[in-house]
Amino acid sequence: MFAYIVRRLLATIPVMGVVALFVFALLHLTPGDPAVLIAGELATDADIAAIRAKLGLDQPFHIQLATWLWSLARGDLGISIFTNLPVTRLIEQRLEPTLMLTLTTLIVSIVIALPLGIISAWKAGTWIDTAVMSFAVFGFSVPVFVLGFVLILVFSLQLDWFPVQGYTSISEGFLPFLANITLPSVALGMIYAALIARITRASMLDVLAQDYIRTADAKGLATFDVLIRHGLKNAAVPIVTVIGIGIALLISGVVVTETVFAIPGLGRLTVDAIVKRDYPIVQGMVLLFSAVYVFINLLVDLSYTLLDPRIRY
Amino acid sequence: MTATALEPTVAAKPAEGRVRRVLRRHPKIVIGGTILLLIALVAIFAPYLATVDPQKVSPARRMRWPQELYWFGTDMMGRDVWSRTLYGTRVSLVVGIGAAALATVGGLALGLITGFIRWADAILMRIMDGLMSIPAVLLAIALMAITQASIQNVIIAIAIAELPRVTRLVRGVVLSLREQPFVEAATAAGTGLAMTMIRHILPNTVAPLLVQGTYVCASAMITEAILSFIGAGTPPIIPSWGNIMSEARSIFQVGWYIVVFPSVFLSITVLSVNLLGDGMRDALDPRLARRM
Amino acid sequence: MNLFAKALLGTAAVMALGIGGATEATAQQKTLRFIPQADLKLLDPIWTTQYIVRNHGYLVYDTLFATNSKFEVKPQMVDTFEVSADKKLYTFKLRDGLKFHDGQPVTSADVVPSIQRWGKKDSLGILIFTKVVAMKAVDPKTFTIELSEPFPLLLEGLGKVSSNVPFIMPERLAKTDPNEQVKEIIGSGPFKFAANEWVPGSKAVYIKNTDYVPRKEPADWATGGKVVKVDRVEWLIIPDSATASAALEKGEVDWWEQPPSDFWDRLAKINGVKVIQSDPLGNIGVFRMNHLHPPFDNPKMREAMLYVVDQADYIQSMVGDLKNGKLCYSYFGCGVPMETDAGAEPMKGKRDLAKAKQLIKESGYDGRKILVMSPTDQPVIDRQTLMTHEYLKQLGLNIEYIATDWGTVGSRRAKKDPVDKGGWNIFHTWTLVLDQMTPPANLQVSGAGDKAWFGWPKNEKLEQLRNVDWVKATSVDEQKKIAAEISKEAYKTLPFIVTGQFYPKTAHRTNITGVPVSPVVFFWGVDKN
Repeated sequence: MFAYIVRRLLATIPVMGVVALFVFALLHLTPGDPAVLIAGELATDADIAAIRAKLGLDQPFHIQLATWLWSLARGDLGISIFTNLPVTRLIEQRLEPTLMLTLTTLIVSIVIALPLGIISAWKAGTWIDTAVMSFAVFGFSVPVFVLGFVLILVFSLQLDWFPVQGYTSISEGFLPFLANITLPSVALGMIYAALIARITRASMLDVLAQDYIRTADAKGLATFDVLIRHGLKNAAVPIVTVIGIGIALLISGVVVTETVFAIPGLGRLTVDAIVKRDYPIVQGMVLLFSAVYVFINLLVDLSYTLLDPRIRY
Repeated sequence: MTATALEPTVAAKPAEGRVRRVLRRHPKIVIGGTILLLIALVAIFAPYLATVDPQKVSPARRMRWPQELYWFGTDMMGRDVWSRTLYGTRVSLVVGIGAAALATVGGLALGLITGFIRWADAILMRIMDGLMSIPAVLLAIALMAITQASIQNVIIAIAIAELPRVTRLVRGVVLSLREQPFVEAATAAGTGLAMTMIRHILPNTVAPLLVQGTYVCASAMITEAILSFIGAGTPPIIPSWGNIMSEARSIFQVGWYIVVFPSVFLSITVLSVNLLGDGMRDALDPRLARRM
Repeated sequence: MNLFAKALLGTAAVMALGIGGATEATAQQKTLRFIPQADLKLLDPIWTTQYIVRNHGYLVYDTLFATNSKFEVKPQMVDTFEVSADKKLYTFKLRDGLKFHDGQPVTSADVVPSIQRWGKKDSLGILIFTKVVAMKAVDPKTFTIELSEPFPLLLEGLGKVSSNVPFIMPERLAKTDPNEQVKEIIGSGPFKFAANEWVPGSKAVYIKNTDYVPRKEPADWATGGKVVKVDRVEWLIIPDSATASAALEKGEVDWWEQPPSDFWDRLAKINGVKVIQSDPLGNIGVFRMNHLHPPFDNPKMREAMLYVVDQADYIQSMVGDLKNGKLCYSYFGCGVPMETDAGAEPMKGKRDLAKAKQLIKESGYDGRKILVMSPTDQPVIDRQTLMTHEYLKQLGLNIEYIATDWGTVGSRRAKKDPVDKGGWNIFHTWTLVLDQMTPPANLQVSGAGDKAWFGWPKNEKLEQLRNVDWVKATSVDEQKKIAAEISKEAYKTLPFIVTGQFYPKTAHRTNITGVPVSPVVFFWGVDKN
């Protein structure tokens, strides 16, 4: 087990290396220049050139790359070109909202999706199944930003249940936190719920077809009990897998959700930085995202051993 | 989603009766396929469906509510939303099908290579892991930023982001088939690598790829909309559902109708593509189909 | 990964503690919640000309002189000043009670490097410093500026309202290289910048500077007493306007600096929200052609554009309705002393597609691609570009329309190469009339060829009039005459085409009073009840 974890962690190094190189090359091939944006509308060519020189942006590509890799090796993500703040500080400022949004979204989507998936597996082939699954696909097919605005319109402006935008740290009270995070989690959770509901249904169907369930059924155990006891436990493995795959999808959704609800999170930071060509932030963020992705997938793989005793590493 | 190993399917000639039976047994394919066909017809015949030039701006008649002349109203530049939505069908379909085709073909090629050539496997799969770990939207934004906004680049950006998943799928199929007796037998009988691939491996990847392709297609259409939202999508001069929605979303309270119409079109299309995919999965995956 | 784990633990700990809820310590304070026109990502108003950083500068810093709504320059940090008989030596005395946010008094030793740093960046500043022989601190409160020849624009420069504003910083910061950002935000202005609360892309906080001593005169633009009535100003960045509108409607924010024009009518109908025209001068839209490369290197080709562009179209697409703008054929904007439409006849007449086509034919246009760039993240610019695209299409020109972001347009427009080597033919932008209203400050009308603003129009006579003759003029009448000459030359060369003047609006809750009517947003005098 321990050896396995170490091996997996070592295997992430080349992956991260690929990501780092790829992102760096991508960004520096991008037309557009932070110096131009810094100088502003009324600046002249000379101003822009001077700023570019000061920022080291006139250096050849390989020198810039070497500089960046060297500081990366020392655990330094660099300084944001625009704000002059260390990238690590910018990330720290914005970590909590994104982390909490991801967690609450997961919770919301599992709470919605599991019952739906189980019900439609149980009633497979009936109109209930069709209705539930159509709903799930519908949730997937509405773009997050449209859903977000509809939620704001209905639940903030019309019904006045939730604030429109912003984020309240959980340290300022649980209820205000909840008030702010609910709508974004629901908006984002819908896509994810669709995915989990489908996979839950599929794996429940698989499990229900197994012999031992039929046996349990024959023994006269109540149907619902069978579903929960045997079904869900065995369906856990594919569900956890989807959570692993879906985490990338979730991170993508976070970018949009944070924009709609004006949540000061990491997704917004990254998109902003891409638009502004704030290279150190983009590089740092993509590395962080892919590290999280790798880490979550490692956790997912490890959780298999807990969920299914037959799997051993 | 159907990354399960498949038993080799028999390449039987589909008799007409069989096709009909399949259709009756799989209403999802029928419903999804029909809607999709209708939408494809709309795309093809957009110029003949009471539309005007979708790019024609005329600020004097901006922000009109849906009415007799402008069925879906006009947007903030006075462009006709009905015409834009109909023409937008073309973009969404091209992006969806294009991205699905590109990702599938690319994934198939890479999957076959990684499945058969061990040294390439190590390198390519590391690259794929890296690509996969970058959130698709961010990857697409970055790709769009280095290139110019164009439909072609949107397709490429989305396809690249989807590539790793397809590659993994094909690789999985190849790995599970490589050890199968009939493949081993073929290799032992002196059949060349290329021949083995074409004859024995390729046919078995068709079913999972078709299913995966529909999912890629559906999510590509959504991603196109999201890319437009972030400002890295189809060039705004070309009307696409994503463009129309994202341009008008900032004035949602004033002109919600501009957002709603393309949004409904998008939802229906994605829904029908998914239905088609589900239907094909049920039809092609006997293990699941048996129970339905 | 480390960071991630740390945060995970941190959040868990916070969660455990946080359930109880923290109390609002700031309940008694007046906090003004404000949505600015753009995100504040830079903090040094000398380093950049961005308007948002200039507005931030006015909160934190103070100026020696300032301009009021009648375009008169009045002393602000300066108490009294004298001009020698030959108009070559200026002696300034600072007023009492000026103190930086770190507690240090403001002295001449701070003023001199601050102005010198500005003089290396600002276009008017650079012009002024070509005439400055010496700038000296005489004693802590007195400093002098010695000129090589009389230069009436000196005070106008020191009292400049818009970017770059000559803000006064402490000596140690003012000595920063002008092409580098200052490391610390310390000024002597009416608000202190709360650096620890700054979350770029989300929030910037300013706290009332209780040590600030306002002047006695009433405030008018940046002149007079900057009396602060709220304890805290929070700038909240809400990236999406639909969300911003909902937040204002619900009272989650007090004031939205620049709602897009599509929202004006709707916001005005909401109870508790007021929409006012904030800038009496407004902005002008700018249609810019590249004079270096075909086809717009040919004057006939440029002239053709004059016969098709219709300002009414542009104004409606930018601000929805003609009542929110004004047909304006003046290169210096309308409603300002230098307003002139000399030479604008071709543009004012009936729109004449045939005449334009004729001119294009005469120019020998060979059907080559015309590259038009549009930043889709800047709606006002994007909509102008869409309008121009429509005209070019009507003229049957071969267009390549590049939709991209402002970052890319900004750097591509600086390229002098031909189109196939990464250059361009057309882009649009807009500027404050405030920045255009005097010829030397109006960079965009410059005809300095290679040294002119992007597009590089060349007209030596125009340049001589703008940068030399007008500056030397001694009366307003003489200035106006020269401005008309400049306009005639400009309409011959077409450094750019004015696509119309338009007026931005600001929206605020009705419990906010004292919202300034000025081209720059000022926070003194604003109160929340």
